Amino acid sequence: MNKVLMKGNEALAEAAIRAGCKCFFGYPITPQTEVAAYFAKNMAKRGGVFLQAESEIAAINMVLGASSAGVRAMTSSSSPGISLKSEGISYIAGSDLPCVIVNVQRGGPGLGGIQPSQSDYNQAVKAPGHGDFHLVVYAPASVQESVDMVFTAFDTADRYRIPTMILSDGLIGQMMEPVVFPEKTNDIPEKSWACDGHKNKRKHNIVTSLFLEPDKLEKSVLQRNEKYKLISNNCADCETYLCDDAHIVITAYGATARIARSAVNEARKQGIKAGLFRPKTLWPFPENELRNSCKNAGHILCAEMSAGQMVNDIKLYTNCSVPVSFYGRTGGVIPEPEELLREIIKLSEGRQ
Amino acid sequence: MLTRIIISGFGGQGVLFIGKCLAYSAMLIGKELSWLPSYGPEMRGGTANCSVCISDDAIGSPLVTSPDILIAMNEPSFDKFEKKLCTGGKLFSDNSMIEKKSRRTDIKCFELPASDIAQNNALPRMANIILLGKTIKECSDMLFGINISTVTQVFEKIIPAKKNDLIQKNISALNLGYSM
Repeated sequence: MNKVLMKGNEALAEAAIRAGCKCFFGYPITPQTEVAAYFAKNMAKRGGVFLQAESEIAAINMVLGASSAGVRAMTSSSSPGISLKSEGISYIAGSDLPCVIVNVQRGGPGLGGIQPSQSDYNQAVKAPGHGDFHLVVYAPASVQESVDMVFTAFDTADRYRIPTMILSDGLIGQMMEPVVFPEKTNDIPEKSWACDGHKNKRKHNIVTSLFLEPDKLEKSVLQRNEKYKLISNNCADCETYLCDDAHIVITAYGATARIARSAVNEARKQGIKAGLFRPKTLWPFPENELRNSCKNAGHILCAEMSAGQMVNDIKLYTNCSVPVSFYGRTGGVIPEPEELLREIIKLSEGRQ
Repeated sequence: MLTRIIISGFGGQGVLFIGKCLAYSAMLIGKELSWLPSYGPEMRGGTANCSVCISDDAIGSPLVTSPDILIAMNEPSFDKFEKKLCTGGKLFSDNSMIEKKSRRTDIKCFELPASDIAQNNALPRMANIILLGKTIKECSDMLFGINISTVTQVFEKIIPAKKNDLIQKNISALNLGYSM
């Protein structure tokens, strides 16, 4: 166990290199820039390619190209940059290509600000681009989890031939924590579909997202949806904390989940049975686990650094069987544990 | 136990660096820790600060709003954070840079003309390390026993060996602060 002290952003990049990422294409934007900077410093030395593209749009399309050729490829940005990438993300999904996209979220809309935010939940989970498709979305709540999720994200991407996203935020990206890197994985699967040059030794492969005949396009969309069913069964992941006897369950992901955990601990000290449900994947959402965690709950409190996005999914996945309240700060304001504690106390006293 | 620390000053005074030294020290003694910088335009000449948490248990929010220990290296930092110190908290200030004095009676204040001390001892730009030395001396319990030798080890780990003279100067400044 060799612990090192690292920023979330740098740890993401180091993990990607260890996970066999051979191509990184990016464009600087706060609070994500350390990801690209780390690749710039280390990628060439370790047998990969780092390229600072002329724009986010160029970067995501370079990922499309590299992934078509069968290599593990990655790009990262922060909120406004992800909006620019959305066309390319849709093309990658439509071409059934594996890759990892990192979003270190900041406040929006528009240029917004540069402080931490979680206002891209809907974008990541519902509409990362046009068309019928999903990303598998991982939401790390620590530097260690940022590392672990990069490995998982690459493996999932290759296994199912889909793009995956690490939905981080400015807090997790900028903070330093001790982290342990797993040993390098070498089990990158054979990619028989890749367009990697074969000197006419086999039938040529085609990677495309263009299907002009409706029948063929429908077939490709439906096939992809079959894959999504498998992924929903296999990939949903979460952490539950003190939920078994909880009367009030806070649902939160990423940085907000850390704050919620402090609030839960404080509430317990005051004799309030509070618990925390933290989805580690936002798509697929761990909906069965959510329902299990809320079995004894009289109330759910969804906390986000947004104006209220995941809260709608919480209502959907619980079939509104438990009343759901929302507490959010947005624009880059980080809620304090005391704010969430106040909400918990209000709910426990039946004031809403 | 959880100890929350804010270190604040002008960009360039090394406030993020001493925060990192404390965080790294906490890692060496096997505690849970987090380090979170302020980031953005304020790092360029404005006021920079960082939050450090050291704990026996997993750390929730890494953002410190009410610190147990405050190291203030300029007046804007004093103005912003002095009132936020917890009761029983400890304030370390560079009074070469800060004219104001705290009127609070529920905290303990340690004033050190750290910038002048650095200047007079041929340790340029090491007021931060002098204050760190003083902090370690006065906060042994709150810092889970982090001491001179822990921080010295940290210097040796995070400053490249080829800059040995810099390591030595940091160690001198640390000891000087500790002796104050």
